[in-house]
Amino acid sequence: MSFPWAKQYTPSHPAMVWLDEKLPLPRLIYGAVGAGYEVPRNLNYFWNFGFMAGLCLMIQIVTGIVLAMHFAPDTGLAFDSTEHIMRDVNWGWMLRYGHSNGAALFFAVIYLHIFRGFYYGSYKAPREMIWLLGVTIFLLMMATAFMGYVLPWGQMSYWAAQVITGFFTAFPLIGDGLKEWLLGGFAPDNATLNRFFSLHFLLPFVILGVVILHIWSLHIPGSSNPTGVEVKTKADTVPFHPYYTAKDGWTVGLFMVIYGLFVFYMPNSMGHPDNYIPANPMQTPAHIVPEWYFWPFYAILRSFTQPLLFIPGKLMGVLAMFASILVWFFMPWLDKSPVRSAKFRPLYRKFFWALVLDVLVLGYCGVSPPEQPYILLAQLATIYYFAHFFIIVPIVSSIERPEPLPFSITEAVLGHDGQAALAAKG
Amino acid sequence: MIRIFSILAGLFFILGLLWSMTIDTMAFAADGLPTSPEKEFHIEHPKALSLSSNGPFGKFDKAQLQRGFGVYREVCSQCHSLKHVAYRDLTALGYSENAIKAIAAKATINAKDPLSGELKDRPGLPSDHFAPVVYGGKGVPPDLSLITKAREGGAAYVYSLLTGYAAQPAKLANKPETKTPDGLYYNPYFANLNIAMPPPLAADGLVTYSDGTVATKDQMAKDVSAFLTWTAEPKLEARHQTGFMWIGLMLFITVLSFMAYRNVWSGTKH
Ligand code: HEC
Ligand code: HEM
Repeated sequence: MSFPWAKQYTPSHPAMVWLDEKLPLPRLIYGAVGAGYEVPRNLNYFWNFGFMAGLCLMIQIVTGIVLAMHFAPDTGLAFDSTEHIMRDVNWGWMLRYGHSNGAALFFAVIYLHIFRGFYYGSYKAPREMIWLLGVTIFLLMMATAFMGYVLPWGQMSYWAAQVITGFFTAFPLIGDGLKEWLLGGFAPDNATLNRFFSLHFLLPFVILGVVILHIWSLHIPGSSNPTGVEVKTKADTVPFHPYYTAKDGWTVGLFMVIYGLFVFYMPNSMGHPDNYIPANPMQTPAHIVPEWYFWPFYAILRSFTQPLLFIPGKLMGVLAMFASILVWFFMPWLDKSPVRSAKFRPLYRKFFWALVLDVLVLGYCGVSPPEQPYILLAQLATIYYFAHFFIIVPIVSSIERPEPLPFSITEAVLGHDGQAALAAKG
Repeated sequence: MIRIFSILAGLFFILGLLWSMTIDTMAFAADGLPTSPEKEFHIEHPKALSLSSNGPFGKFDKAQLQRGFGVYREVCSQCHSLKHVAYRDLTALGYSENAIKAIAAKATINAKDPLSGELKDRPGLPSDHFAPVVYGGKGVPPDLSLITKAREGGAAYVYSLLTGYAAQPAKLANKPETKTPDGLYYNPYFANLNIAMPPPLAADGLVTYSDGTVATKDQMAKDVSAFLTWTAEPKLEARHQTGFMWIGLMLFITVLSFMAYRNVWSGTKH
């Protein structure tokens, strides 16, 4: 599971020796996040976001469980019980703002984590499984966030439930039945709220399970690194503890400062004012917009306005929206360049930055009203999005001429490597 | 194989987009940018309103909240409820327990009688929430407890709305389809320009302030907006104070752990 030079756990205290024989939990921790896990020495700060995502998941679970103690999943009570939390529960306002802003920052962290993967080719062999599990986590996170947003039963909650389950009506024949089955009725109602609450409580623990698999599969090849050159010798690595516990640790502090700025000083800056209006099935809000972390996908959905042959525009939009994420699953096989890091891939690197810009433009279009000129902009940006993943990535990876790679991580860091000199001689 | 399939799938979606784009853009070229009276006359950015609760160190001005509560009680409460606020919450405005008992007792609350179990009217208690309001006029007055969080612009929006009633511009008034209908009032701060609420603060001196402040229309609008900031976010002061401690503590921890990090890595190039 690790490199041959990794330190072994050797308990000295008799109690620890005793425990190690009966239940080698300390051994597991030592080997997974302790001094027994060897990690490339040259990771940059983009490798901190996995740890931070784990922290976010913990924050969501802890704040969420306490919120659930005071929340009433009933259409007649949900909105008022949320206000009860904000006003009467001790520290309730902090829990609720902590949970809602925590969700948003979780997504910010995850997007950085995912784009780190795109840039450094982390999804490539031998790390495909880490990536596949990651995309699965992302899908679960989207479902969890959506259902959580419905719970306070404000205007945006209600209409988000209406619009998102409405996607499924785009499918021919089964569509209407599917929507009805998801909602437990013809429109969002008590049955919907109850099942969403149940699932919103369950899914974070499913995510936790998949995260454990994610890290398990990470620990087989170990982390990649900014050069994308695999670890060769002991000189290439440092033990996770204390090197990366210290490095992850101090950025946790930084994260907490930023998190605090949102929770305590601009707790509603990422929310929509309409969600402070109780749900009203008779009154559609002027603009139904999801939370910012869904804007790009919302823009993709709305870009397909016309039917293509016999496929209605709405169905195209729904298929495109799903495809825009599902295509990530195929990245390890679409990108056949043997070079991982975009640092050494001049052509791919340009397209990567075009993609970053493109997703920002899509986000901007997603929050704008569905009218010109935003529709045109969204359509252009969606074209690039699909061109990027479906066409450019496979083609670039076969025609590009990568720049020369360093012999090893050590050479990249120190400028020389004894092993490299030997290899050159031999 | 997978790459060929992917390129075909990509082309399929792009074809769908190009088709949608062509049709939409042709319509766009013919119609130009969408226009409407709202687009032309709605004022999106509210007037500036400086409240003592603004900013990271903001605290409520209790005297102003009491004045604002007076405006709510004398004017707005004829039409608008305030259901998330309990009478006892008014201690935060600096009222004494007896004053709050008196305020609550003026309300009539329809509640279960503890002896008979029947619903009965009784005078309000400090633990009751503000009594519901029955309104018979045109339009639906929203509950005001959360209004400053439920509108873009917050308290400044409420202030602008209250002071923003105006004569309708001739361009709109001249056309029957854009003229403000009877029973509605023109207000460029309101999203669809015509609001069902008659100007509530149409004259100076609608309330008498006990602290001697002159109750101009503008002053009353400011005070009630400040009061509604409090009703929407009663824990604002605690939030600001806790935030100060949190940020301070976390910065301290960050600096220490950054130094620890530098120490651990010193001598290891990376
Ligand atoms: C005569 C009854 C009446 C009085 C008095 C009144 N309002 Fe209203 N108010 C309404 C009605 C009706 C609406 C709904 C308007 C609509 O939707 O067109 C409304 C709407 C509002 C809105 C929401 C506007 C929006 O963006 O939807 C605010 C804010 C408001 N009132 C504040 C106040 C304040 C503050 C006072 C006291 C100074 C007050 N109102 C006094 C009847 C009243
Ligand atoms: C709850 C969510 C997640 C948690 C807690 C998590 C956790 C982690 C951790 C701790 C690491 C090692 C440290 C690092 O490289 O940052 C890691 C690596 C990785 N993660 Fe995640 N992850 C999550 C979601 C995702 C998602 C959504 C994806 C992709 C879609 C993903 C893809 C990867 C990949 C490819 C690696 C290996 C990176 C490399 O070694 O270069 N992860 N993850």
